[in-house]
Amino acid sequence: MPFVNWFRRNLVVIAGLLTLGYLLLPNVVVTVFSFNKPKGRFNYQWQQFSTEAWKDPCGVAGMCGSLSLSLQIAFWATLGATVLGTMIAFALVRYRFRARGAVNSLIFLPMAMPEVVMAASLLTLFLNLGAQLGFWTVLIAHIMFCLSFVVTAVKARVMSMDPRLEQAAQDLYAGPAQTFLRVTLPIAAPGIAAGALLAFALSFDDFIITNFNAGSTVTFPMFVWGSAQRGTPVQINVIGTAMFLVAVLFVLTSMVISNRRNRQKA
Amino acid sequence: MKTTDNGSGDVRLSGISKTYGSFTAVHPLDLTVPQGSFFALLGASGCGKTTTLRMIAGLEEPSAGTVHLGDQDVTALPPYKRPVNTVFQSYALFPHLDIFENVAFGLRRRGIKSVKKQVEDMLELVQLGEQARKKPHQLSGGQQQRVAVARALINHPKVLLLDEPLGALDLKLRRQMQLELKRIQTEVGITFVHVTHDQEEAMTMADTVAVMNAGRVEQLGSPADLYENPQTTFVANFLGTSNLIEAEVDTKSGDDIVLKAGGGKLVLPEARCSAPTTAGGKVLVGVRPEKISLVHADAAGEIPENRNRITGRIAHSSFIGVSTQYVIDSQVCPEFEVYAQNIERDARLVPGADVVLHWSPAHTFGLDAAQDIDAGIQEEAAV
Repeated sequence: MPFVNWFRRNLVVIAGLLTLGYLLLPNVVVTVFSFNKPKGRFNYQWQQFSTEAWKDPCGVAGMCGSLSLSLQIAFWATLGATVLGTMIAFALVRYRFRARGAVNSLIFLPMAMPEVVMAASLLTLFLNLGAQLGFWTVLIAHIMFCLSFVVTAVKARVMSMDPRLEQAAQDLYAGPAQTFLRVTLPIAAPGIAAGALLAFALSFDDFIITNFNAGSTVTFPMFVWGSAQRGTPVQINVIGTAMFLVAVLFVLTSMVISNRRNRQKA
Repeated sequence: MKTTDNGSGDVRLSGISKTYGSFTAVHPLDLTVPQGSFFALLGASGCGKTTTLRMIAGLEEPSAGTVHLGDQDVTALPPYKRPVNTVFQSYALFPHLDIFENVAFGLRRRGIKSVKKQVEDMLELVQLGEQARKKPHQLSGGQQQRVAVARALINHPKVLLLDEPLGALDLKLRRQMQLELKRIQTEVGITFVHVTHDQEEAMTMADTVAVMNAGRVEQLGSPADLYENPQTTFVANFLGTSNLIEAEVDTKSGDDIVLKAGGGKLVLPEARCSAPTTAGGKVLVGVRPEKISLVHADAAGEIPENRNRITGRIAHSSFIGVSTQYVIDSQVCPEFEVYAQNIERDARLVPGADVVLHWSPAHTFGLDAAQDIDAGIQEEAAV
């Protein structure tokens, strides 16, 4: 029974690897098909290996423009939602004001509401206001739905923060601005960073709300959707793989940095 | 805010009080802490001692009254403009900064550029030179406590405030840190105001102790004075243990008051009675357990004259090494405690034995009988 014993001992590792495989399989498919040379317009069947698409990622008309637009929107939406969300989170944790309870629960509504409902009602709102649909309406919509996620992430961090730390800073001659910059912000930073990353990811790949409120503007997810009707260029897989690699690189770098820092301290 | 040496460094609280809505945390309070002294605010949790400390630090705004440091009225100053530093309960070390930067924090905020030498000297003083580049969570509780002290002391405050600084440490380490803090205080000569609920800690460290109860200072004095001459039942019970007997004033003879309790008579020096004594009035007579001698009823004849005596029966006895603690059932007081040193143990003194308790009238104190006789007992048991 050596195999059964081995299996028992490594059950957790095996389960972990299977789950990881389940999570990563779609990414593997995307990566593999970025090296495909399809016959016809659809990249759904493996034909032969080729690096053509990687050599010419912007070869498809309009794709890189939409990518750049999505990155811009994601950047500004992240910035806006993070700044506003952090302030809201601090207000909700630190201050007792009227309607605090109501704000606390209303802030979660966008997370719970079906996206398509929100998308349609936003469109109605913009049309009634006579707003020109495009970059700005998309940005406003994105900031709106990213806010709840940032507030949740930052609030958890601020709630676990000992208020005595700020009192200690004040006691040690730090005025309100210094206290915020030197103590409050650095300690809340992991929560703020988590919220910002979440906001970026949500904004970058949002389709439903964007599609309703973009007018004639085309973001990257909209471009992918649109081209999927007529054929899928390999370049979409190239961009997808590149995004995945950037994210992996980001995580690895931060792990290496924190590891090195810990080793220096010890 | 640099430490300036104009005038004295006394802390003066005048008519200071704090109310939250309808709840009064601190009743109007006048208190002067002399420069260079080690002052303890002692009381159970919720008695207003921490609120008082925070009003000195500026972290709590008083509802009325003023705070003076030396000649300076600091009542309206925010905490970061007061020449006062605090060692917080559970230390409040900055988790994102290493030990060096934690200690340097106050200097840097005051715009001092070359902090290296000062910080290193301060870390030497608290014996943490090796740990400078570690983060707070990598240190033990006792080390964190010393960092908190160093972080405050490096600023040379006029007053160092300590808010239950030893509460999170185990007993042995607490003893060690008590001596350590006392040593540092003697060395730097800064006024220390120490808040604690631990009566032993207050008595070990402080020159002067203010016992607080329900937002008021019950009594203020040196540890020995508070212990020997409590003025209220709360102080008598909260600091150590007291036996309190209800008695009636009978006559006065010279400097002594003669009281009737149960069937017997007790003598109390008038100077040691804090209550009004009119003939026929009630007084609470107190005596500490270690002041009492215990003899078997058969040997009652050997007791010298002029001693206060009470008869009873031993209910329990527990041997704790240096002493034996007896609980005596007596007519005048249901649970009379006696601590006897284990020098020559009388084998007859076992539970059920009839005994006579006697002590010198000079060790007797008198309290106002209008008070709650059990005040301060519960609080101590909860510690």
